[in-house]
Amino acid sequence: MSKPRVAIFDFACCEGCQLQIVNLEEDILKLIDVVDVVEWREAMSEQSHEYDIAIIEGSITREEDAKRLEVIRSRAKILIALGACATIGGVNKIKNNFDSNEVRECVYGEDGQMPHLNTYNTKAIDEVVEVDFKIHGCPIEGSEFAQVIRSLLVGKAPFVPDYPVCVECKARETICRYEYNEICLGPITRAGCNAPCPTAGWRCFGCRGLVDNPNVDAAKEVMDTYGLTVDDLKQKMVLFNTK
Amino acid sequence: MTKDININVHHITRVEGHGNIVVNIKDGTIEKCEWQVPEAPRFFEAMVRGRRYDDIQTIVSRICGICSISHSLVATKAVEDALGLEVTEQTDLVRHLMHYSEQLQSHTLHVGYLAAPDLFGEKSVVPLVPKATEIVLKIVKAHRVANQMSAVLAGRITHPITLTPGGMTKVPTEQELRDLKATLEDCVPDLVDICKAVLSVAGNLPAFDRDTEYVSLKQTNPLYKRTLTEYSFYHGDITSTDCNGDGDMPVNKWESVANEYVVPQSTAKWCKWHRDSYFAGAIARYKNQREFLSPLAKEVEKMFGMTVDNVNPYMNNVCQLIEAAHVVEASLEIIDKLLTKGTKFEKVNVTPKAGRGYAAIEAPRGILFHAYEFDKNGECTWGNCCIPTNQNHANIQKDFEKLVPQFMGEGEDALRQKMEMLVRAYDPCISCSTHMLNVEFVK
Ligand code: SF4
Ligand code: SF4
Ligand code: SF4
Repeated sequence: MSKPRVAIFDFACCEGCQLQIVNLEEDILKLIDVVDVVEWREAMSEQSHEYDIAIIEGSITREEDAKRLEVIRSRAKILIALGACATIGGVNKIKNNFDSNEVRECVYGEDGQMPHLNTYNTKAIDEVVEVDFKIHGCPIEGSEFAQVIRSLLVGKAPFVPDYPVCVECKARETICRYEYNEICLGPITRAGCNAPCPTAGWRCFGCRGLVDNPNVDAAKEVMDTYGLTVDDLKQKMVLFNTK
Repeated sequence: MTKDININVHHITRVEGHGNIVVNIKDGTIEKCEWQVPEAPRFFEAMVRGRRYDDIQTIVSRICGICSISHSLVATKAVEDALGLEVTEQTDLVRHLMHYSEQLQSHTLHVGYLAAPDLFGEKSVVPLVPKATEIVLKIVKAHRVANQMSAVLAGRITHPITLTPGGMTKVPTEQELRDLKATLEDCVPDLVDICKAVLSVAGNLPAFDRDTEYVSLKQTNPLYKRTLTEYSFYHGDITSTDCNGDGDMPVNKWESVANEYVVPQSTAKWCKWHRDSYFAGAIARYKNQREFLSPLAKEVEKMFGMTVDNVNPYMNNVCQLIEAAHVVEASLEIIDKLLTKGTKFEKVNVTPKAGRGYAAIEAPRGILFHAYEFDKNGECTWGNCCIPTNQNHANIQKDFEKLVPQFMGEGEDALRQKMEMLVRAYDPCISCSTHMLNVEFVK
């Protein structure tokens, strides 16, 4: 079998997820051995329209970007959404809580009415085209990326955890943030990151999105136990889990 | 006689974010010569409104993946300014270390992966792997070392976790610091080899001079007098080569340094201080603070024959190498300081209050400004950010206007190559797109 051709594209985002691919350091050289990277604007000048796997980073916020994405979809056999911006809209969706005209004016003043500043509500990639696989996180875990690519190469579906961050957090024997009377989104957020935030003394803010069937009752119970309200929880969910 | 030239580089490669270069020359007359930015705007300043004071750094970190530590740090500082919070010496030192790790990471990435391929005549670092395996591996190693350092200090490599207004959620253990010290010391010979490799192809840096204003921070914190951190990335006033020793600006006046304005011909917001445009970045820091460089950094400076009078924008890459050497030595100094006292977790107590706060720090690619306002409950009511790349747009345009007539006789390909290299020399970080406007295409 010839090497699968991979292309990486970015839309509205911070490009931090691409950076995690670069951050594989020596391991990226091994990946380059088994796949053929044909386009990756941030890292190389080579370009191509011929690819098997398209990796998409970022959210869609403009018609022109949606069109570009549709073209990419039509050329790719497999399309992977890379990182929270792509899988759930990420921080870019915070803007959906505001009126879009008002947002433009807030940042650009009078110039905000110029037509090219017209963005619509932020969309995750699967709100525009069909997505085959999602690699969650803001940023993604480089090791998870490598695992997904390796699985695809051998024709296996990659493993995506569907249990909450608390499972990984407890395994690391971290003191729960609720003990400090802080709101942590670990109980309802999809695992796979190995809970770096609680481990570093901070709450989980939900960057990997919700688990498929979040146990809302359990979350409510936790809130009650610690004298917090569901409203407090929603405040924290704005960051990464705005619709 | 110059033939017609039409350059339209749509989404220049090997830079962070999206930018275009458009040049039209007809019968030897330059009809159009523009640096354009079509990045999708992301509206961070609007999005922070309504969020709590300790969620700000988490949100704005996502402005840019490569300089996420700088964005989180400057936001944390601005919030602390607004809430009137002081931090301990330990917090200040640990934050400096974290910040140095990002400088090293970003400079290595930029010079090694994004700019060097031009000098070696390649399209990317990939073909360089078989051609110059040993040096590529050294670049990869230096990059990894910087990332390991970030992971220890920030809780992970990109988008730091441990920063919070008033302090840190976690501090490195003494063992972690000792390991870090060994790793950094081990990295010094590799850095020297990387510099030598770049030096061997430095002749391919175009000969092009244009004097401009160079803006950076200047240390004022007494804690860092006569230390390597006197070369400031983090504290101090705003200065420039046009200040001539007076007229430095306090950080809370940054809006009157940046003077953001909209121009009809390009649509990205531009900045100017004393002249039409200014340069922010490694070369600006170097020019304003050269005397405080570490011994190794001065060696690298000498190796490349760099001087403060040099006004070649392509030399920004060389200044990044000088700074890479500097931050390694400055980090070692801080680690020693932390180790003599030992580290311990310090609990942070914050009472929200209403107020507005300003901060400036040096991101790897230049001075970075943030400002926020909070109500009495600690909810954000207003935010403003001005990123180095915005500050450099006008300067890139002015360079283009001098560069195109100088090199157009060399033909389209050579000209395009020089223009792309110029943009890369500024190390633009275009997805920091808080102020970016869209553009029209000529063709
Ligand atoms: S998911 Fe996060 S790290 Fe990845 S591109 Fe988006 S903002 Fe950056
Ligand atoms: S800190 Fe957060 S992730 Fe960890 S156990 Fe507690 S709620 Fe779950
Ligand atoms: S702990 Fe939560 S916020 Fe942190 S990386 Fe995991 S999912 Fe994201």
